[in-house]
Amino acid sequence: MKSLTKFMDSFGAILLAIIWIAPLLFAFWAATHSTSDAVNLNLFSPWTLDNFRVAWDGAPWLKYFINTFLLVTVILIGQFVLTTLAGFAFAQLQFPGKDFVFILVLMQLFILPEVLIVENYAMVSRLGLFDTILGVGMPYMASAFGIFLMRQAFKGVPIELHEAARIEGCGLLGILWRVYVPLAKPTYLAYALVSVSTHWNNFLWPLIVTNSPETRPLTVGLSIFGAPENGVDISIISAATLMSVAPLLIAFLIFQRQFVQAFLRAGIK
Amino acid sequence: MSAHANLERRRQAIYGWLLLSPAAVLLTVFAFYPSIATLWSSTFSRGTRRKPTEFVGSENYMDLFADPIFWQVVKNNLFYAGITIPVSIFIALAMALWANSKISARGFVRTAYFTPTVLPMIAAANLWLFFYTPGLGVLDQIGSMFGLPSVNWLGQPETALWAIIIVTIWKEAGFFMIFYLAALQTIPEDLKEAADIEGTSRWTYTRRIVLPLLMPTTLFIAVNAMINSVKLIDHLFILTKGGPSDASKLILYYIWEMAFAFFDAPHAAAMTILVIAVLGIVAAVQFFYLDKRTHYQ
Repeated sequence: MKSLTKFMDSFGAILLAIIWIAPLLFAFWAATHSTSDAVNLNLFSPWTLDNFRVAWDGAPWLKYFINTFLLVTVILIGQFVLTTLAGFAFAQLQFPGKDFVFILVLMQLFILPEVLIVENYAMVSRLGLFDTILGVGMPYMASAFGIFLMRQAFKGVPIELHEAARIEGCGLLGILWRVYVPLAKPTYLAYALVSVSTHWNNFLWPLIVTNSPETRPLTVGLSIFGAPENGVDISIISAATLMSVAPLLIAFLIFQRQFVQAFLRAGIK
Repeated sequence: MSAHANLERRRQAIYGWLLLSPAAVLLTVFAFYPSIATLWSSTFSRGTRRKPTEFVGSENYMDLFADPIFWQVVKNNLFYAGITIPVSIFIALAMALWANSKISARGFVRTAYFTPTVLPMIAAANLWLFFYTPGLGVLDQIGSMFGLPSVNWLGQPETALWAIIIVTIWKEAGFFMIFYLAALQTIPEDLKEAADIEGTSRWTYTRRIVLPLLMPTTLFIAVNAMINSVKLIDHLFILTKGGPSDASKLILYYIWEMAFAFFDAPHAAAMTILVIAVLGIVAAVQFFYLDKRTHYQ
């Protein structure tokens, strides 16, 4: 009886797992076979890499990759600097107006940047940042979520270390840099993984703010490449899709444990 | 001494505001000011060459309330939320219970469940396009094996929104699973042992012990799923573009369309304000009601 339920558990779990990765497996299969073999599900048809070649030649993918890479880097650097400074101020300093400002920051958690697209677009244009990578990244840099995360991390640092560094003659920024930042490394790593995968995958805002292949990230490039007007077939779209998700997917498969831990840490706070 | 303390307090205040200022400037420019500007511009008419913008009060809101497409979109979004939230929570729970039990191939199972989380919504939509395409798609191929007719899943109003919902559930269930998984690992082993000694069935153990202990996690996930039901619309751009005849259009997509396809910023602003109001209510409920109820963990 016990072994039967165990078997049923394994069976159900694996069945669901197969259903869950089926879209990826089909895409992989379609991308490595000719279109007619792919749609007819010819199991014994020959493998090919032609679809990847055609897809790669069909759009400036290298440029898109570089843009996405620059975008996530710019956002991450901005977020690290801004949330470290603000998180430290909220965690360890006493100053008038602190609680009020903190509530304002928390409010931003619920005003998603996604819903403010109209006015943020106007603002980015006014600042002359339309169709620049900085313009895509700027609205995300002062992340309320990041400030909150860093505040929690810094609050956990024992005050004795702070005092010891001060007695040694360290200034406030010195203490932040030498005591707090090194101790918050796991939080930084978690935040980096969440931030990079969020912005690697972000679509709506980059779609609005970019207007040329010079700045367009992968997601926007992929949506334009796959648009029905372009008339590319399913095998080539699959190849392009796999190409654009490959770096993040491979990183995830290698550092799976860290990814899951990062999302957990970032979610549960 | 008091002079010294005073100096220290002043120093902290100056440092505090200095450290805060870069984030404060950006938050003002990209969150607070735009929120207020949205409210402001939602009360003005759309300017044309002949007629400049003028203050119209609540007219834009009245237009929306009189617009059947707006109500269609609200209905779609409520349906979208009403299905995706409970179903993805249920699947996430099943996934976590399985991924936490001693089954074979556990590593593979966990990876498979979580993988959609790291894919962009646009890529997910492309993958599912291969399933939904009439005639050529995987679903139709499977259907034809059983002699079923070809179905245009994305092209008919009855099924388009369902097709969108399935992609969303596929994308978010694995993400929610990890929170359940973490919570399951904090449940002490002796509860299970005690239940075994008492001869409790697995179903009773799950329902009476595991589920109540997971309640705080469920609430946390529910709030996230609610926010996702506003936010996750990228796949519409690939799969249906809100069609056919607005059957799968969701609010955020409609805002985008209003502002950037119809160039009607005032009505888009009015809709944005309504969305912010709803999100604010969700936030308030979470803050004042749910947070108080989740402390018994």
